[in-house]
Amino acid sequence: MNGRGLPKVTIWRAIFVLLMAAGAYATYLRVRYGLGGVTNLSDQFPWGIWIGFDILCGVGLAAGGFTLVAVVHIFNVERYKPILRPAILTAFLGYVLVVLALMFDLGRPDRIWHPLVMWNPHSVMFEVAWCVTLYTTVLALEFAPAVFERLGWKKPLGWLKLVSVPLMIVGVILSTLHQSSLGSLYLIVPHKLYALWYTPVLPVFFYLSAICVGLAMTIFESWHSSRAFGRALELPLAAGLARVLAVLLMTFLFVRFLDLEQRGALPLLRENRTETWLFALEILLLAIPTVLLFQRRVRWNPSRLYGCAVLVIFGFIANRLNVSVTGMEAGSGTHYIPKWTEVAVTLSIIALGFAVFRVVAQYFPIFEEHRAEPVACEAFDDREAPVEVG
Amino acid sequence: MPRAILYDSTMCIGCKACEGACAERWHLPYDDKVAAESRLSAHKLTTIQVFGERYSRRLCMHCAEPTCASVCPVGALHKTSLGPVVYDADKCMGCRYCMTACPFQVPAYEWHSRLPKVRKCDMCYDRQRSGKPTACADACPTGATTCGERDALVAEARRRLAEKPGNYCQRIYGLQEVGGTSVLYLSAVPFEQIGLRTNLPQQPLPALTWRALEAVPDVVSVGSVLLGGIWWITNRRDEVARVEGRKP
Repeated sequence: MNGRGLPKVTIWRAIFVLLMAAGAYATYLRVRYGLGGVTNLSDQFPWGIWIGFDILCGVGLAAGGFTLVAVVHIFNVERYKPILRPAILTAFLGYVLVVLALMFDLGRPDRIWHPLVMWNPHSVMFEVAWCVTLYTTVLALEFAPAVFERLGWKKPLGWLKLVSVPLMIVGVILSTLHQSSLGSLYLIVPHKLYALWYTPVLPVFFYLSAICVGLAMTIFESWHSSRAFGRALELPLAAGLARVLAVLLMTFLFVRFLDLEQRGALPLLRENRTETWLFALEILLLAIPTVLLFQRRVRWNPSRLYGCAVLVIFGFIANRLNVSVTGMEAGSGTHYIPKWTEVAVTLSIIALGFAVFRVVAQYFPIFEEHRAEPVACEAFDDREAPVEVG
Repeated sequence: MPRAILYDSTMCIGCKACEGACAERWHLPYDDKVAAESRLSAHKLTTIQVFGERYSRRLCMHCAEPTCASVCPVGALHKTSLGPVVYDADKCMGCRYCMTACPFQVPAYEWHSRLPKVRKCDMCYDRQRSGKPTACADACPTGATTCGERDALVAEARRRLAEKPGNYCQRIYGLQEVGGTSVLYLSAVPFEQIGLRTNLPQQPLPALTWRALEAVPDVVSVGSVLLGGIWWITNRRDEVARVEGRKP
């Protein structure tokens, strides 16, 4: 963009405009004809991709924010600081978009505030509602310094600094609670959710996998920012995260199979049914990057590293959709394929996320700290100096 | 005393008088087209289903510990001391968790409304409060659906099982399913053959999520101490390093 005249037409911009137009039309239909007019949901299958993807995946994909806050500020691993702000921005946008998506899915979006005043502490959904509300506020406050710096407001910056540590601890705890609680939502449907996914430890799995995908998203987002803004990828940092990611993924896969074995669900894998294949897909999408990321030459190669991050993201999405959609079909005695309007709303929300991130990153000091100085490589766990970059 | 409904499938002739009476009570349209629908829906809160030559009735089971009431984030559903599980449409925000969670797949949604509500049988709460039987029990010409105190109905069901053991599958459905329900079934054949879920646990389902929710206070207290402690140690280490001149 030259900053002058009309913006150049690129393929991505064209796709963006098309998606937004489709989303706008679908939104009109949603308002005009209600949920029945724009979704393939039914009394037998009341939750579709707006819950399974927009909410479950959306919240998980935004987990990079709390993970990196914990790494940088609580565990005090300062070298990751340059990628902290983009991660917080990703998380904040993620949560705002999740709330936006919820406005589509709720039958009465005008009552979205009800859980704040009408309490039912026995409901997992009530806990999730509170955590998401509070954590979105925390994320806004964690991102606020970037805004205040830009505006040159010194005083509020000082106030935020005073409360920053308790705020970050609260943020990590709230995330721990609702990332796992999204899994707890499904503890109530032992009779509906297929046994490859239903387990009493669902909340633990949701939490672990959220941390994994949070790290993968941070790598994904660093890679895209580096291309979009013509900066070098913070490869040593991304590679460092990838190492942690490999270990966490391996742990996740290990406990996942341990749980299947403990519950005697392993024989289900011999059955030739859709669920088995979807399970295999989910596991492969996570196992392949696990194996690859254990290799140094993959971690230190930007495009291979990026490829692995994408695989983890897809594996995560497969897992959430299996729990919320495909794993529920047989137990509900029905099939569900989203209507085009459901897909249009979802895609336009994703596109909106990418676009808003770009705009915010352009106008606010998101990558500022990076420009300061390249960090010396000896500080990192991978001993040898990086060879291939770009 | 909590009230209940006893439905004896062996006495049902499939006349659908219960459906008509229910529709009338809710002021819902009822014609041949609606009568032909076999599924529960927002405009049909009870339905007669046909399984070969046998009939089965579906309606809200009014669980002793209702899953729907436990999952509702705004407490729009609750179990009354009289037995019925009732719904407060003014609270409901339409998250539809009750529909996902209900083990009997009962709550239905007004999918095509712009201000949609959940719809389900409320066991004629208003009628029962003034001592009248439910509309369906009132309308049933054969006594297949009866309404009364739960204990009395369980005793009656046991009496029927003992009296004509050959006529019945020797079980009362609803006695123990998910902790017991306020709608009880008798059938000549195993219950899965008349469309009822028989893979349900005998424990109330809300305990499953409560086990996770119970851990929340622990996560908060242990978590904040742990994170605060880690923060203090890692920062202290830095501070010491700075004072000793090992770090700028």
